[in-house]
Amino acid sequence: MNKVYIVDGARTPFLKARAEPGPFSASDLAVACARPVLARQPFPASALDEVIVGCVTPAADEANIARIIALRLGCGKRVPAHTVQRNCASGLQAVATAAERIALGRAQLVLAGGTEAMSRAPIQWNTAMAGWLGKLLRARGPLDRIQALARFRPSLLKPVYSLLLGLTDPLVKLSMGQTAEILAHRFNITRETQDVYALNSHRRLAAAFDAGGMNAEVETLYDVNERFYTEDTGLRRDTDLEQLAKLRPVFDRQYGLVTSGNSSQVTDGAGMLLLASEAAVKRHGLSVLGEWVDHEWAGVDPSQMGLGPVHAVAQLLARQKMKMRDLQQLELNEAFAAQVLACQAAWDSAQYARAELGLDTPPGAMDPERLNPEGGAIANGHPVGASGARLVLHLLHALKRRGGGQGIATLCIGGGQGGAMLLRTEGNK
Amino acid sequence: MSRHWHLEYSGNHAVLTLDVEGQSANVLSQDVLNEFDKHLEELESKMLAGAIIRSGKTSGFIAGADVREFVTITDPARATEFAQLGQQVCARLEGLPFPSVAVIHGFCLGGGLELALACTYRIARDDPGTRLGLPEVRLGIHPGFAGTVRLPPLVGDLSALDMMLTGRTLSAREARRLGLVDEIVPERHLLHAAETFLKSGTPRRKAPWYRRLPAWKPLRQGVVKLMSPRVRRKAHPDHYPAPWRILDLWRDRATEDREAESLGELLVSRTSRNLVHVFLLGEALKRQGKAQAHDIEHVHVVGAGVMGADIAIWAAHKGFRVSLQDRAPEILARAVKKAHGFFKSKLKDPRVVQEAMDRFMPDLEGHGLRRADLVIEAIVEKVGPKQELFRMIEQKVRPQALLATNTSGIPLEEIGEALQDPSRLVGLHFFNPVAKMQLVEIVRGARTSEAALGRARAFTGAIERLPLDVKSSPGFLVNRILMPYLLEAVKLVEEGVSLITIDQAATEFGMPMGPVELADTVGLDICLSVAEELSGPLHIDVPAKLRELVGQDHLGRKSGRGFYRYDARGRRQTPAPEKIAVDVPVTERLVLRLLNEAMACLREGVVTDADAVDAGMVYGTGFAPFLGGPMSYIESLGVTGISHSLHRLLQEYGPRFNPDSGWSRPELLKRGLRPSGQA
Repeated sequence: MNKVYIVDGARTPFLKARAEPGPFSASDLAVACARPVLARQPFPASALDEVIVGCVTPAADEANIARIIALRLGCGKRVPAHTVQRNCASGLQAVATAAERIALGRAQLVLAGGTEAMSRAPIQWNTAMAGWLGKLLRARGPLDRIQALARFRPSLLKPVYSLLLGLTDPLVKLSMGQTAEILAHRFNITRETQDVYALNSHRRLAAAFDAGGMNAEVETLYDVNERFYTEDTGLRRDTDLEQLAKLRPVFDRQYGLVTSGNSSQVTDGAGMLLLASEAAVKRHGLSVLGEWVDHEWAGVDPSQMGLGPVHAVAQLLARQKMKMRDLQQLELNEAFAAQVLACQAAWDSAQYARAELGLDTPPGAMDPERLNPEGGAIANGHPVGASGARLVLHLLHALKRRGGGQGIATLCIGGGQGGAMLLRTEGNK
Repeated sequence: MSRHWHLEYSGNHAVLTLDVEGQSANVLSQDVLNEFDKHLEELESKMLAGAIIRSGKTSGFIAGADVREFVTITDPARATEFAQLGQQVCARLEGLPFPSVAVIHGFCLGGGLELALACTYRIARDDPGTRLGLPEVRLGIHPGFAGTVRLPPLVGDLSALDMMLTGRTLSAREARRLGLVDEIVPERHLLHAAETFLKSGTPRRKAPWYRRLPAWKPLRQGVVKLMSPRVRRKAHPDHYPAPWRILDLWRDRATEDREAESLGELLVSRTSRNLVHVFLLGEALKRQGKAQAHDIEHVHVVGAGVMGADIAIWAAHKGFRVSLQDRAPEILARAVKKAHGFFKSKLKDPRVVQEAMDRFMPDLEGHGLRRADLVIEAIVEKVGPKQELFRMIEQKVRPQALLATNTSGIPLEEIGEALQDPSRLVGLHFFNPVAKMQLVEIVRGARTSEAALGRARAFTGAIERLPLDVKSSPGFLVNRILMPYLLEAVKLVEEGVSLITIDQAATEFGMPMGPVELADTVGLDICLSVAEELSGPLHIDVPAKLRELVGQDHLGRKSGRGFYRYDARGRRQTPAPEKIAVDVPVTERLVLRLLNEAMACLREGVVTDADAVDAGMVYGTGFAPFLGGPMSYIESLGVTGISHSLHRLLQEYGPRFNPDSGWSRPELLKRGLRPSGQA
């Protein structure tokens, strides 16, 4: 297998979705962060072998959004592109696919990442409405038409919010938040611990921005109305435990523990990475951010999808004959505070290890100081298709800043899966 | 015999293809018209179902009459004959016993459009390259091949007048909307559509009755009255007679004969001569912009102030990938908004706007330097920061990248000191507003290489601006000539002459804007800094009034007050009328200082010849085009007369009117850009 390097990358600030559609489409976001990455390379965009982008819900006019992004970036007609979808890990899937193509020797330079404009998730007519419209269009003659019209019912106007559908498991019919409620119950995670974790995420991210630690990975974003964004807009520097405690549960509204404050935020954003083979690195004299080592996918119960990382990471470590303590850093996507804490508890649990992982000894939880040290999706948001790319990008920059080493980027995936990617980097000299 | 026209038959149709010998674009010379006439004569007697007229050039249908032929005609009667020839050919085309159709792509202008108007139908290719119009008025004439007669019934009177008076060109879609063309289709359907129309038997298109209402006799005089103020704002009747003739012809429903006669008079008039001179100068500069390849794809602009942002936006608009760097995101955000507004208004189609925006990258960190082929510096006008910037740039860019500065006056040699290789540094001096002013001064420093200059010219040509070579010397050409004129205006203000009097004198002379208002528009702070830069080397006094206003933060239009006051939307407010001391020769003082400085530039070799001065002043400042530029004006006045006037003003107003020593060297007035031998 060929070596695979991650050469460069950038992400947009993540923009919290307000009530109305945000200023950028998913392809706008990907173009905005990939454009500077390509501009600073010694080779032209047309030298790429492929563009792979993860996106869960592209707009109706963004079919195969990866190709749209590639063309908008000026890669030219000859660079093929495809879009991948693995729900919350779509961005990670794009990087994984790119890495595999390079490892196999099928590609030398691949632009991969993820993008999502959740604020622009379409609102659709329901199926009954589509049926009524179809009949109306087929009606011939005035009488027919009147009859077709008469079949109209107000209920036909009920819209379908694709965003809400996307965040609900289609088989077990639980919202993602409810799967987190199940984990909180199963691992006995209190509201307060969740809120403390959430607060910490905001504080860590704020500290990272203040120290300039995010500059290398976050590109300033400009809209056409003279506004610009340099930071994630969901970051709350002013929040505290008291305010978090006041929030009402949003998924199990009566008795639940999961609130908007201790969940990841619905956001718009993109992250794009440039992957290269060893030959390409040599040929173009590229400086390298880090090396891709391996990745792993795992399936779990859809109603406890938040435990996906427990399995994916355990399997990946086992294959690489590594222990949790060998990792300098773990970037675990913060879908929900309860879900992150549940993963930690499961890694620590001898009983879980025996019953679910088939291991005699549990892999052990990650040192909380080295778990998401610059915060996570609770503070900066979870634009579903983009998060995997953000985790990889941030992990590499953070590892490098801390002197290098190995780390894993991992996410839980709606529908009951986990994905994990092992990366390695040299420290900053 | 067929040198320009190729006749074939396809089924029972004749296809006449124009491919003018030895030219890249089709133009209608007498030769081409005569040959066309012979073909038509041959076709007249044939039993055909129709004729298709098209062009064999990729550049377009027909770009108009042959402007180069104009300058050889000196007798109005000959010019009228030429128009009559065109009219006869068009009449023969219209009178064919079977329908005809013009298949139009690319440029279809002037006489070319008039020829198409004589066809029964017109089909245009539906793409952005198709442009139709009657731009004659821009050369001081009006349509002469019966365009003034055939156009109104086709598109309606107001649209026809608008087209002829403004000379603006229409896109295929606009032309379809107006009814100027019957159909627009993509390339692949052009011939099929033409054949379909020929078979259809549809009558020739006519404008609906309500669009012809303005031509109703009782209304006509009123329409002319209503339009006159608009025309006057653009064209002073003494300076530009052509639009007024168009109105007259329309009001009188003039015949083809009168059209030809009127054209004959206009074509040999001084205004038209000068406008053609200016046009040919522009064409000559365009050719210089096409003389070599530029090998530039990515342009990096540093400094997102007004000039930097406008240059970057314009380059992206013209297809270059652009990165725009500045220190603060606020400044870049403003530029992005401006770019979007500009692209939206120019390009309209959302996908095309998106493409332009994707080419336009705000670049806080300067990532774009890495792969830039051209770096344009447009930061503050101070040597230190510019040198520091270029030192940094040179370390980051590729060795083949061309470096350019938009300085308006700092000698290139000084800026170049910071560079290890100063031969790659050129000046690309744009004028404000970039989207309007076509000129770019290509500034040659003492160490600038030929290759760098060539690429700079080629880039300028590629963004559809006109490159003019100037030597690196204080103020280069345009600002230097303009400055004494502006400062004289300030002197006049100091002497108590009213602002309006000064500005009116200049606009009546033919300047697009008075000097006082121009100073306010440019910004008094900028005027002051340029004036101070030039004051040393050119021995110019900077009037105290200018310092005083800048000291009070009255910077002109941008600050709401300069010499004039401006409202919140930047509109000039009319000052209260003052006592006017008019025994001062305002126009003479303003213009002679300008002419004297123009002569000084020639003598010092800032540019190589008189044509370059004309081109620079007309395309860089809008100097009265109907006068043909300062040197043409000098030629028409005579050097002796000017020297006398300067001596007189010298006695009365002091040494700033000291005649330049160049006035006694007639060889300096030689022409260079245009082929000699014009009338």
